[in-house]
Amino acid sequence: MDSNRSTAETIYVSDAVTTTAKILVVGHFAVGKTTYIGSLSEIAPLRTEEKMTQASAHVDDLKGAPDKVTTTVALDFGRLTLSDELVLYLFGTPGQQRFMQLWEDMARGALGALLLVDPSRLAETFPVIDLVEKYGLEYAIAVNSFDEKAEFDEDEIREALDLLPDTPVIYCDARDQKSSARALIALVQHLLTRAA
Amino acid sequence: MNAHGEEAPVTVTSDFVRSYVITGGRRLPTADDLSLHTLVTLAPDRELPLGASPEVRAIWELCGGGYLSVAEVAAHLSLPVGVARLLLTDLFEQGHLLRRAAPPRAPSVDRGIIEKVLHGLESLYG
Repeated sequence: MDSNRSTAETIYVSDAVTTTAKILVVGHFAVGKTTYIGSLSEIAPLRTEEKMTQASAHVDDLKGAPDKVTTTVALDFGRLTLSDELVLYLFGTPGQQRFMQLWEDMARGALGALLLVDPSRLAETFPVIDLVEKYGLEYAIAVNSFDEKAEFDEDEIREALDLLPDTPVIYCDARDQKSSARALIALVQHLLTRAA
Repeated sequence: MNAHGEEAPVTVTSDFVRSYVITGGRRLPTADDLSLHTLVTLAPDRELPLGASPEVRAIWELCGGGYLSVAEVAAHLSLPVGVARLLLTDLFEQGHLLRRAAPPRAPSVDRGIIEKVLHGLESLYG
């Protein structure tokens, strides 16, 4: 098709793309998911909202209560064209337990999850690990460390998070493209070893 | 926004009624029908349905330019994902929309795709 696209049209995926893949970037609130996605995405990261589906499934309930409020959750995502025919989407997914319906949607068709961890707030990562494991997602740990001298060494983090020996633990700076890419590559290498 | 560039992920809104109107009160389709990363575009030589809503007109205009994922359509038009998915499903069923790269329904992971992703990342950043 038209190979002479104007600037306004560059929001679109190339016509040649036949395959899309999805990887989740998960972690507790304010761990750096949006920053991470922004460091790798070729488009300005986009935000959309997903409504909690238990509300929409019982839409009749609203008739008697028109001012009923609905919880929505923000999803940030980015896009990375990996070859002529392959595009990868990175979806930031909040780690709260109450977003189970959202997680079912997000986990379906995902290759795996990169689990961002703030080494100074390890306890907040426990429920996120529970969710990732509940939905059967393979994952790697990316310790988002702004400080070169990590506060915790890998063994401490492994022990604190009770990780399996082969779960990768990568230190990364979510603001840095190369560093973020290294973490993503480590995850995908791990996914390959786990794929039947 | 806070220092980490993330807004509070949860907001309580009252715009549910708006979505209810856009969708005609229908139940929203699930990810089985149209995944967030399924690519969609307008089919060639289609006429905008008479009486199309402003949201459908906006989708029509956006999707006429090329392929975008369902999530991108929702984000560009500031529509909740479920609402965008429903309107896109309608257009698809009416033959107005083409979709590509629909992922498998089963939650299985395709080793071939993982390999391609790895090679792509390594060629970009390796």
